[in-house]
Amino acid sequence: MDYTAAQSGFRQRKLQPNMRLRNSSVDGPDGSQLFDDTSAAGPGAQGVYRNQQAGPQAAGLPGQSFLSDPMSNLAMVYGSSLASQGREMVDKNLDRFIPISKLKYYFAVDTVYVGKKLGILVFPYMHESWEVCYQQDIPVAPRFDVNAPDLYIPTMGFITYILVAGLALGTQDRFSPELLGVQASSALVWLIMEVLVVLLSLYLVTVNTDLTTIDLLAFSGYKYVGMIVGVVAGLLFGKTAYYLSLLWCCAAIFVFMIRTLRLKLLSEAAAEGKLVRGARNQLRMYLTMSIAAAQPIFMYWLTYHLIR
Amino acid sequence: MAFTLYTLIQTAILCTNAIAVLHEERFLSKIGWGADQGVGGFGDDPGVKAQILNLVRSVRTVMRVPLIIVNSACIVLLMLFG
Repeated sequence: MDYTAAQSGFRQRKLQPNMRLRNSSVDGPDGSQLFDDTSAAGPGAQGVYRNQQAGPQAAGLPGQSFLSDPMSNLAMVYGSSLASQGREMVDKNLDRFIPISKLKYYFAVDTVYVGKKLGILVFPYMHESWEVCYQQDIPVAPRFDVNAPDLYIPTMGFITYILVAGLALGTQDRFSPELLGVQASSALVWLIMEVLVVLLSLYLVTVNTDLTTIDLLAFSGYKYVGMIVGVVAGLLFGKTAYYLSLLWCCAAIFVFMIRTLRLKLLSEAAAEGKLVRGARNQLRMYLTMSIAAAQPIFMYWLTYHLIR
Repeated sequence: MAFTLYTLIQTAILCTNAIAVLHEERFLSKIGWGADQGVGGFGDDPGVKAQILNLVRSVRTVMRVPLIIVNSACIVLLMLFG
């Protein structure tokens, strides 16, 4: 871990606490792309488009007898250009509503990162440094820094939770396919409400933080890992195992949230452990505590009806 | 426990309606939550009460017209489909 980068990252965080663009350039900072380029057509984001435009023309070569007629050739070329134009227009308009380029940052993970992060989520007591590394004011992609939030684990955790819930209901002969949809929408509604409540409380306490909404979504989604561990243990070994593993995971996610949010919400002095007096810091401390304490409550609330 | 996305929308509409019916002079000023009572000090720390008052006032200003539309749509749909 680069000490100077973390130190300058701290100062930059204090200077610019407002939202910073996660992806100001096309592919992230130069020299460290978000995703490894595996397209055969060459580096860059144009590789995908080039592949697709080469596609229809390459299809013309094997079926040459079919396309010897110039009219159909012309029609095919015109059709492919129309399709690519339409695709560009859809991409441009979609990017206005859903920030796809910002979302790409959160999915730039690799296996090593996921393994380490799952380990930290279940056992956060040995992890020492919790700061996020920055690179010229842009936070480093999750594959390079294990402390950066990502959306891959929450998404996969959510889907796995729904499947495990269906499995648990099936072992109790209470399963029907509509119940999967009901479980999914319930969990989604609770997630959205939790993120909205956290956003509202952050607004009320006027915390000058650089946590974005997607960051909060990622942090709220990390509890699904603990829930899955608890439910699977309960299915395999019975109710006692469910309670024990849920207790362990609740404590782990409580410590994880406190250590992560402490650096983002509290002022620098308080985050380093010194006791800073003042009503504002106390309020922020209470806010961090309550966000962290809400996670175990949700974990229990969303799983207790699955283990009878 | 069986929450759907529809209940979320219903909750949002009901909460916004509840904030929108708080009248400025008849009610909020009487309990000390008027628009002029929120701005305390001009430091960099507005305080929780000032933020809440700001939020209430901005929700009332912004959501007045959309709420009329959404409420009318809700009434029509509920009368037609129960």
